[in-house]
Amino acid sequence: MPASRRRRRSRAALTAALSALALSLAACTPGSGSSTESPAAADPDRAVETDVAGMGEQTLTVWDQEVRGGQNEQMTQLNDAFMAKYPNITIERNSQSFDDLATTLRLALSGDDAPDVVEANNGRNAMGDFVAAGQLLPLDPWSEEYGWADRYPESVLQYSQYSGDGKTFGSGNLYGLPQVGEVVGVFYSKPKLAELGLEVPADWSGFEAALDTARDAGETPMLLGNIEKWPALHLFGPVQGSLVPTEDVEKLGFGNAGASWTTPENEAAAQKLADWQAQGYFNDGVNGTDYDAAWQSLAAGDGVFLMGGSWLAADLQDAMGDDVGFFVPAAAAGEAAKTTGGTGLPFTLTRESENPDLAAAYINFITSDEAMAVLAETGNLPVVDTQTYAPESGVLQDVYSEFGKVSAEGALLPYLDYATPTMADTMGEALQGVLDGRMSPQQFTEALEADYAEFTGAG
Amino acid sequence: MPYLYILPAFGVYAAFMLYPLGRAVHLSLFDWDGLTLATFVGLDNYTDILSDDRLRAAFGHALVFVFFYAVLPVGLGLVLAAVLTRAKVRGLSAFRTIVFLPQVIAMVVVAVAWRQIYAPDGALNTLLRAVGLDALTRPWLGDYTFSLPAVGLIGTWVSTGLVTVLLLAGMARIPQEQFEAARLDGAGGVREFFSIIVPSVRAEITVALTLTIVASLKTFDLIYVTTSGGPGSSTTVPSYEVYRRAFELGQVGSAAAVGVTLTVLIFAITAVVNRIGERNS
Repeated sequence: MPASRRRRRSRAALTAALSALALSLAACTPGSGSSTESPAAADPDRAVETDVAGMGEQTLTVWDQEVRGGQNEQMTQLNDAFMAKYPNITIERNSQSFDDLATTLRLALSGDDAPDVVEANNGRNAMGDFVAAGQLLPLDPWSEEYGWADRYPESVLQYSQYSGDGKTFGSGNLYGLPQVGEVVGVFYSKPKLAELGLEVPADWSGFEAALDTARDAGETPMLLGNIEKWPALHLFGPVQGSLVPTEDVEKLGFGNAGASWTTPENEAAAQKLADWQAQGYFNDGVNGTDYDAAWQSLAAGDGVFLMGGSWLAADLQDAMGDDVGFFVPAAAAGEAAKTTGGTGLPFTLTRESENPDLAAAYINFITSDEAMAVLAETGNLPVVDTQTYAPESGVLQDVYSEFGKVSAEGALLPYLDYATPTMADTMGEALQGVLDGRMSPQQFTEALEADYAEFTGAG
Repeated sequence: MPYLYILPAFGVYAAFMLYPLGRAVHLSLFDWDGLTLATFVGLDNYTDILSDDRLRAAFGHALVFVFFYAVLPVGLGLVLAAVLTRAKVRGLSAFRTIVFLPQVIAMVVVAVAWRQIYAPDGALNTLLRAVGLDALTRPWLGDYTFSLPAVGLIGTWVSTGLVTVLLLAGMARIPQEQFEAARLDGAGGVREFFSIIVPSVRAEITVALTLTIVASLKTFDLIYVTTSGGPGSSTTVPSYEVYRRAFELGQVGSAAAVGVTLTVLIFAITAVVNRIGERNS
């Protein structure tokens, strides 16, 4: 090596070393900016102040993701009502789409100027991480004061419960309250069913028979747009719910130890999806079809059934009027269905909040009975006492009554991607593989088990 | 004294380029979830890149994109520009505008449009069916074999215009006498292309390759909108992995390491391209 080269190299090394030194001096360990001592508000026995009118001039910062039509409307109405009731309070609302909120919330919470109330996704890569990092306050003192445990069924509250260290999901402290419910089921085209001479299927075997009839009649029995990877989770979830013991699904879905993916039941659930594909029940090229294109096809009369969440109901009703219906198949006729579902994003209280009592009073206000009525009026699915708000007719009536039935008598099963921070990807990609036929059900369960076991094993 | 003049510009550059870059290098040495206190792990994040199949595949996909974004457009652009220069077509400026158009459109719009074209009942499959090639129709973006080239071709479509316009400018500078002399010596169109046109625009080729290679390696929006890296992980690229790790999985340190590696790779490849371009000219 020529000398000049060597010198240049050592000079480069020196420069690099110097800049590294400068950096480590200038910037300390990432994350050390946030304090870790627990604030007074985290004291479970604290005295709770509920008199908002007596709190003086205050500003409450709220970050939500209620940006769509009816969502935005209910939030605006409720915020206005809160400010009208308590003229001393100003609500500063920051509304972003679901994806935007998910990407900005991490930074916002770890910053000095965190909002008071935020809507945080239930799963482990959002709420779970925030709890583990001590950035959310347990709501238990306020829950006792306001009686939230009586307001909400346990099956709903568990979606916002974590142990204090964030390791166990589905039990422990309460960290948030949701406004709306969600349930995954089957939308169907009423004229198509009439054409085929079919009744609304009562159970899974009836549903599969109907799929068969539709295919033989030359229709596309089931519409699926899975280019986004996650839509197939909403197919697999209900199928799994009907085949796998509820207790196991909950452990797998919450990412708690003690269950396994590699069971014959889980394999059978994946096999069912593979069979549907082999039977020709789906539209062509599901992995290359847009999610939105799939439900729009149902509206356009290009298919008979569509599996999806209750959030599609409003759009489908707009497009199809009374021609669309919704049902959740049960494992056997007469039983209550067990299916994927849960809650909208819960409203949580941040540790940095300057007045947690005010923030808690706000959360109480937007989840009260009056608020549930506003939610129903604006076309949302209120999570509490759902059936009492059911409209007279239309697909929303189906959705309200099915949600009520499932949450009260059947089982609302957690979204499977809650389980681990990487599960959404692992599962979405594996399901694309199963639907493509390049992954066997056995390989599918093994891939999921690897993700689940690594997470629960490390935890 | 001269340093005083560059100080304001350097200040801005340092604040918005050098500091974030240094910070990214710094972050890449930690295991950090973006929330809690990080732990120093040294170069572990970098060794993980080498051992992670998914990431290795992502870098492989990026190299495939180099072909579609850079190599193919330069080849196409050379032929296109040569024909346009020599054939003296009418309406050259109109043609130039049309070829350049994809560059002007925001990448997200391009991606949404192509997603429609590649849809199972989209324009491409409709066209194939219309000419009787039903056997070739497939859900292009949902096909494990064809989604990568399908996305790559969008890149070709976008890059070709830029490359062609660059090369046209270069070719316009070639003196007419050279072509006349070549013709007198009995050279045909092909000989002319390789002996006069290509050597004359070597500098432009270098610029075009540098720009398109950088674009191909850092491509993110196209993947994000069209396939989200799917089906499976068959079209994921390093910059998409940076996003996924930092914002979806909460692995900020690892994301920074992938970003730094990608930056180094881009520097290395463009340095090689420029070295070759300089040596030959």
